[in-house]
Amino acid sequence: MHDYEAVIGLEVHVELKTNTKIFCRCPTAFGGDPNAHVCPVCLGLPGVLPVLNKKVLEYAIKAALALNCEIAAYSKFDRKNYYYPDLPKNYQISQYDLPLARNGYLDIEVDGEVKRVGIIRIHMEEDAGKLLHQGTITTTPYSLVDYNRTGVPLIEIVSAPDLRTPEEAKAYLEKLKAIIQYTGVSDCKMEEGSLRCDANVSVRKKGSREFGTKTEIKNLNSFKAVQRALAYEIRRQVAVLEEGGRIVQETRMWDEAEGVTRSMRSKEEAHDYRYFPEPDLVPLVIDRQWVEEIRASLPELPDQRRQRYIKQYGLPPYDAAVLTATKEMADYFEECVALYPNAKAVSNWVMGDLSRLLNAHNLEITRCKIRPQQLVDLLRLMDKGTISGKIAKTVFEEMFATGKDPEEIVREQGLVQITDEGAIAAVVEEVLAANPKVVADYLGGKEKVFAFLVGQVMKATRGKANPELANRLLREKLENLKGR
Amino acid sequence: MISIKEVEHVALLARLELSEEEKEMYARQLGAILEYAQMLNELDTADVPPTAHVLPLQNVWREKDEVGRQLEPEEVLANAPDREGQFFKVPRIV
Repeated sequence: MHDYEAVIGLEVHVELKTNTKIFCRCPTAFGGDPNAHVCPVCLGLPGVLPVLNKKVLEYAIKAALALNCEIAAYSKFDRKNYYYPDLPKNYQISQYDLPLARNGYLDIEVDGEVKRVGIIRIHMEEDAGKLLHQGTITTTPYSLVDYNRTGVPLIEIVSAPDLRTPEEAKAYLEKLKAIIQYTGVSDCKMEEGSLRCDANVSVRKKGSREFGTKTEIKNLNSFKAVQRALAYEIRRQVAVLEEGGRIVQETRMWDEAEGVTRSMRSKEEAHDYRYFPEPDLVPLVIDRQWVEEIRASLPELPDQRRQRYIKQYGLPPYDAAVLTATKEMADYFEECVALYPNAKAVSNWVMGDLSRLLNAHNLEITRCKIRPQQLVDLLRLMDKGTISGKIAKTVFEEMFATGKDPEEIVREQGLVQITDEGAIAAVVEEVLAANPKVVADYLGGKEKVFAFLVGQVMKATRGKANPELANRLLREKLENLKGR
Repeated sequence: MISIKEVEHVALLARLELSEEEKEMYARQLGAILEYAQMLNELDTADVPPTAHVLPLQNVWREKDEVGRQLEPEEVLANAPDREGQFFKVPRIV
């Protein structure tokens, strides 16, 4: 296994967030009743003519520029011919030899090292319909077809075979998703299929310059699936070669439940798409000035934003990377920082408790009930000493669950911090009286039990005692006892 | 010339079932068409740029990204050989 290295390339399909489809005026909205978002053009009825939606071209150029591609001066559409029930015309309008964009790249960071991954090409095409099976595709008695998705605009982004590990593949996908989300041309939701990924993978002896025979893995429905499927497929290929076998060039399906890839042998495996220029669409001559206008309209992208966070807010690189990984989280963070100057404090809460709760509830930050103003209010309550840091965490959980203001929660639940020395001193006395053995241990030199006693004070005040005061008063009392 | 094997391959891709006689006939006819088109190879096209389209048009597109009219579900499914609810129903694929 150690003598081998993997060579991985990813083909990523991204649905563009236009209002209408690429060649007709049907809506692109996700969901809806089956076969309700269709017209004669996207159904491929005889005699219809597709017309390109200019917005698709604009969005595709925008994504390509964000990925550092060169935009073609001249481009055209082609027909990719194959029979499958999700394709009503029996051909997909795509781009073959003159794609919209080429020669891009993006930078990923794995184990602290920055690596540049090439992007060979980006082209535009129409999406196919959706098939529904009962159980699996091979055992279902029949299948159902919904053509709502047919004709939704896609860009296909083909990486160079520059990736060497499943971790690099995941990092590439995450970065690609972040960049495209930042441009606003797609939601990139893998669970809704607006970002889909196929992986090409081969293995070779380390040091070898030639590529091994590759397989293509399909049915990768999450970032995790991509990583797991690649790890499995690399192991499988190495095992085949080690036993003296050879790799068959084929398409394999990832089986998420079993954790294996399976050969999809079928008669159509002999791919012969017989591409030819789409006669119903005329070529594109892309205006340079327009391209430059689109370039100028690009928003700040993840790498730039990350650098700015380090410079402007003085955040550690790690914080900056995590916060800018999605546009939504970065926007949230900046809304908070606009209201509250301590960026590191905000970062700790957003990366820590907030992210933890979002993950645990499988929620996107845009659906979070805590508004930036409320998070800042909570930080201010801590600064003023109204509540302790420990209580703040409890209040935060309540805010997350209910969306209530922190002041309201503190008032309702009586969580205001106790800063009255007399009150805390009384509790300290009670705790010492109730734990004579522990006190004796402390006086006998077992300093470690001090933490237990602090804990008892906090417990008796339901966490509301000011921690510094509780510590100081307890220490004073014990030292007094020692002196006797 | 085009071989029987090539005819069978193209027929498979086009989902056509051909008899032996038909295969022979198409091999002959398709061969003749290709042979005729071969004449183009006699031309010197070194200085001719490739053509993607026969019309002298470019950049024909729809400016407005606004939703238009769709078909009613009953119209959509009017030609369906089989259906279930509002879905097209097809035989098992693989």
